[in-house]
Amino acid sequence: MPDNNTILLAVQTAAARHGNDPANLVQILREVQDALGHIPEEAVDDIARFLDIPRVRVAGVRGFYHFFHDRPHGRYEILFSDNIIEHLQGKPELLQQMCTRLWVEPERMSEDGLVRVGSTSCIGMSDQGPAALVNGVPVTRLNMERVETMVELVQKGVPLSQWPADFFQVEDNLRRADVLLGEPLERGAGVRAAVEKGSDGILAEIDRSGLRGRGGAGFKTAVKWDFCRKAVDTGEECSIVGPKVCDNTAATVRYVVCNADEGEPGTFKDRVLLNSHADLVFEGMTVAARVIGARQGFLYLRGEYRYLFDKLNGILAQRRRDGLLGENILGSGFSFDIVIHLGAGAYICGEESALIESLEGKRGTPRNRPPFPVTHGYLGKPTVVNNVETYALAAKIAAKGGEWFAAIGTAQSTGTKLLSISGDCERPGVYEYPFGVTVRQVLADCGAQDARAVQVGGPSGTIIGEGEFDRRLAFEDLATGGSFMVFNRERDIFEAARNFSSFFAHESCGFCTPCRVGSTLLKKGMDKIASGHGTCADVEELKRIGQLTRAMSHCGLGQTAANPVLQTLDKFWGDYEKRLISKEFEPSFDLDKALAVARRITGRDDAWAHVSAD
Amino acid sequence: MSEQKKIRVATCSLAGCFGCHMSFLDIDERLLQLLEHIEFDRTPLTDIKHCGPCDVGIIEGGVCNSENVHVLKEFRKNCKVLVAIGACAVNGGIPAVRNNIDLWECFQEVYHYGIGLKNGQIPNDPELPLPFDQVHPIYEVVKVDYFLPGCPPPADAIWKFLTDLLAGKTPKLEYETLHYD
Amino acid sequence: MSDNTINIDGQTVPFLPGQTIMEAAMAAEVYIPHLCHNPEFTPHGSCKLCTVSVNGRSAAACTMPAAAGQQILNNTEELNANRRALVQMLFVEGNHFCPFCEKSGNCQLQALGYYLGMMDPHYNHFYPARAVDGSHPDVLLDLNRCIMCELCVRASRDVDGKNVFGLTGRGIHTHITVNSPSGRLGDTNLAVSDKAAEVCPVGAIIKKRHGFAVPIGERLYDHKTIREVQTEAHK
Ligand SMILES: Cc1cc2nc3c(=O)[nH]c(=O)nc-3n(C[C@H](O)[C@H](O)[C@H](O)COP(=O)(O)O)c2cc1C
Ligand code: SF4
Ligand code: SF4
Ligand code: FES
Repeated sequence: MPDNNTILLAVQTAAARHGNDPANLVQILREVQDALGHIPEEAVDDIARFLDIPRVRVAGVRGFYHFFHDRPHGRYEILFSDNIIEHLQGKPELLQQMCTRLWVEPERMSEDGLVRVGSTSCIGMSDQGPAALVNGVPVTRLNMERVETMVELVQKGVPLSQWPADFFQVEDNLRRADVLLGEPLERGAGVRAAVEKGSDGILAEIDRSGLRGRGGAGFKTAVKWDFCRKAVDTGEECSIVGPKVCDNTAATVRYVVCNADEGEPGTFKDRVLLNSHADLVFEGMTVAARVIGARQGFLYLRGEYRYLFDKLNGILAQRRRDGLLGENILGSGFSFDIVIHLGAGAYICGEESALIESLEGKRGTPRNRPPFPVTHGYLGKPTVVNNVETYALAAKIAAKGGEWFAAIGTAQSTGTKLLSISGDCERPGVYEYPFGVTVRQVLADCGAQDARAVQVGGPSGTIIGEGEFDRRLAFEDLATGGSFMVFNRERDIFEAARNFSSFFAHESCGFCTPCRVGSTLLKKGMDKIASGHGTCADVEELKRIGQLTRAMSHCGLGQTAANPVLQTLDKFWGDYEKRLISKEFEPSFDLDKALAVARRITGRDDAWAHVSAD
Repeated sequence: MSEQKKIRVATCSLAGCFGCHMSFLDIDERLLQLLEHIEFDRTPLTDIKHCGPCDVGIIEGGVCNSENVHVLKEFRKNCKVLVAIGACAVNGGIPAVRNNIDLWECFQEVYHYGIGLKNGQIPNDPELPLPFDQVHPIYEVVKVDYFLPGCPPPADAIWKFLTDLLAGKTPKLEYETLHYD
Repeated sequence: MSDNTINIDGQTVPFLPGQTIMEAAMAAEVYIPHLCHNPEFTPHGSCKLCTVSVNGRSAAACTMPAAAGQQILNNTEELNANRRALVQMLFVEGNHFCPFCEKSGNCQLQALGYYLGMMDPHYNHFYPARAVDGSHPDVLLDLNRCIMCELCVRASRDVDGKNVFGLTGRGIHTHITVNSPSGRLGDTNLAVSDKAAEVCPVGAIIKKRHGFAVPIGERLYDHKTIREVQTEAHK
């Protein structure tokens, strides 16, 4: 345990680095944990004092994020990615093997405080899984051999910096490039165009391009930016009327936020963009800033991608040196800068208003809307939130105009889309396609000969079976944020749906009743069926809970949490049916198992000490 | 109605306190009226040990041990309509307060450290019902058709409930007789 | 004035600019079931009991701004069935033993159960392990009954200026925590006279030595439904 002085010093350092600003609480907590291994109560008190906020707020934020700990959690923390694809590729066996070899139980720290082995939601490596985070750094392509070596390294206490470098190798796996990734843009061209064409000019190009958000919902980017630049801060109320105020010396403060939370299981295309095309992304943010009149931007980087943090900061520094960022960009008088905020393990923080709460140093609870971020975003100011890919595309459009882009894709879905393809195919990785491509084409290209189903857009999206492979990827048909998970004929779709239900229950923020309880009930229902105790009545109940969760939840997470169950019940009924028992009713718990404790205590094992199934 | 065959009713108390049965008796002279239409199978009032084929089974109390399950299943098998009566049958009630106390601690308290105990031993007699790790409402163990909450439900509620049921209607309580306490 | 109206179940209801659907409805004595909403505090929107259909789409009435011409469905069988299911969910996710709860008879969760005709909790119980904190001389905190409405959080922060309560944890493990290093209520500066000590709609925050003061039969919801009580209160 660190002593009080060590704690104080850690807090002081972290708080000072972040200007003692409560809005940076999530960042401060992360740095304190880096220094101390966890965030003890004393640190909570110190942080509260330095930031002049109630300790209950600090404790509340610490308790929200998966990656924050209030007690020691092992000098090595090994978290296996729980994505269904990696699951099917042997994650449970690998995890079990590691636990057995290290003499630990899953999710529990070893008694000597050496190690904790557990699971975490998809870490964005499903094209090169099974993967795990070791003290926050991804180790890819796990197999029994690698697990064995890791066990030895842990037991010998070898620091991560001395582990074999190839363990940490993350490949881009770029398999198909089109206009975004295939035709390089001269560095600075987007910013230069923005400076030259000005707010109106650029917005007109974005509008002409027909660009829609790539995060999943597909909102028109030009409309969003226009709302934001027209939003005027009148002190208390912000409204989208008033005159255009888009030059960034004006009174209204606006923000540009890049959503790099990429939490939807099965997506990793933003990882590749940030790893190999970060300049393009930052360029797009700068373009957006010019359009709406923002001086400040944030990249909200999911905690799982922390290994990119230093690299990205380096690129930002270079851009400042090159006059592409910071004060007086390209001598135009326009100023804009970008700060990277790291998340700490919370899928919900990909939802834009929860993301903003997190940026403000709060629990990632989605806000009530309206008002929307374009009028009331970060610190209540007009804010544009877009996906990583959206910004990258915006940079290209700024430089090259909107016309050529609108010519690609379909009428309502212009341009190209990055897909993150994983699962049962020969060539998993990132594929760039014009919108409108059929699923069948994609399957052929990635070498998925034996596909039975594809989960399009991740668990919150749509699952389709063979009969639907001629459907097109586009907002007018199958909308997608990019996740594309392939299941072959040997796969059990019920297990996929069960994995997704666990994911949602685990990631629900807990704010609203229907999602908090409903997602938990769905998970329990699926577990009951998996255990061989499910009946048709249980299935009917799942449907009712699913409808309720969908209709009454506060945000997109709860509204889509039942999708996997409801859709697979509809499309893959056989995978359920074979598990159901033909009774009218089955108890909610395993009766005989519930007597086990008493049997142990009394030492009984007679007939009366058991309850038979019937 | 009196011309018809009498409706056969069974009742029992599982993990309950017989309070619901007492409240049932509180319908007082209306009991005689009721008896014109019903006859009892197994109840604490009769000497019948096992529930036979019945029209209505009424269960007080939740499920806390193996014997409760046997009785409950017997009722379910034999009764056309099964009714959960009282808070314990409906949500576990007071007995379920033990649900977050470790069973071992419960046994220790009862058999080792309890007041007046000397050299206490945990009994392992095969005759004794074995407790579950948690107490559950009966609907988590068998299908239940109707619920009558209350701790206990007032006699008027029981009366209204039963007369509705016997008249073949879905029981409906007046606002003032629906209570969870 | 004529454009500043909404329609709730066929009834024309006027609203003032800036009002939510709930506020407009309350002013017109139209009852929309609610639990986390209390007109004295900023709207919250977490329980979702107040969900109505606005032009065909679900929305929480307590947070949704009223807008001219909205066609709203409120007191329908379908919506009330969903509300009943939410109440049932709240019952099973906590430990609600009404028979020995001091709030019984005056509890809004219970009263909504009565109003919506909830006969049983329906779902399987979670029976979570939750803490009871009796460390404060005058106030008891029993998290078994907490429904995460954050009224105590809002009251302490916005009215008392103390921030005694806050939420921590996440998902199904979300829970109330208090503003002291020990985590004990007795070590906070909560006073029994604070707004936060009396605002809890259920029996999670209870003033000590006040229990069962009102005899059964004379409690708030013994004879009047929550609809009647709240509609009268807001007159
Ligand atoms: C639960 C949830 C998670 C989300 N996660 C992400 C995410 O990881 N990345 C993302 O860009 N958008 C995510 N979104 C969508 C965002 O709320 C928002 O619509 C998007 O960032 C807007 O950017 P776009 O218009 O460029 O797509 C998520 C939404 C929900 C409801
Ligand atoms: S729907 Fe789920 S994630 Fe969204 S606010 Fe409600 S509890 Fe939180
Ligand atoms: S303690 Fe009471 S007021 Fe506070 S959140 Fe829980 S139920 Fe609401
Ligand atoms: S009363 Fe509106 S959400 Fe709770």
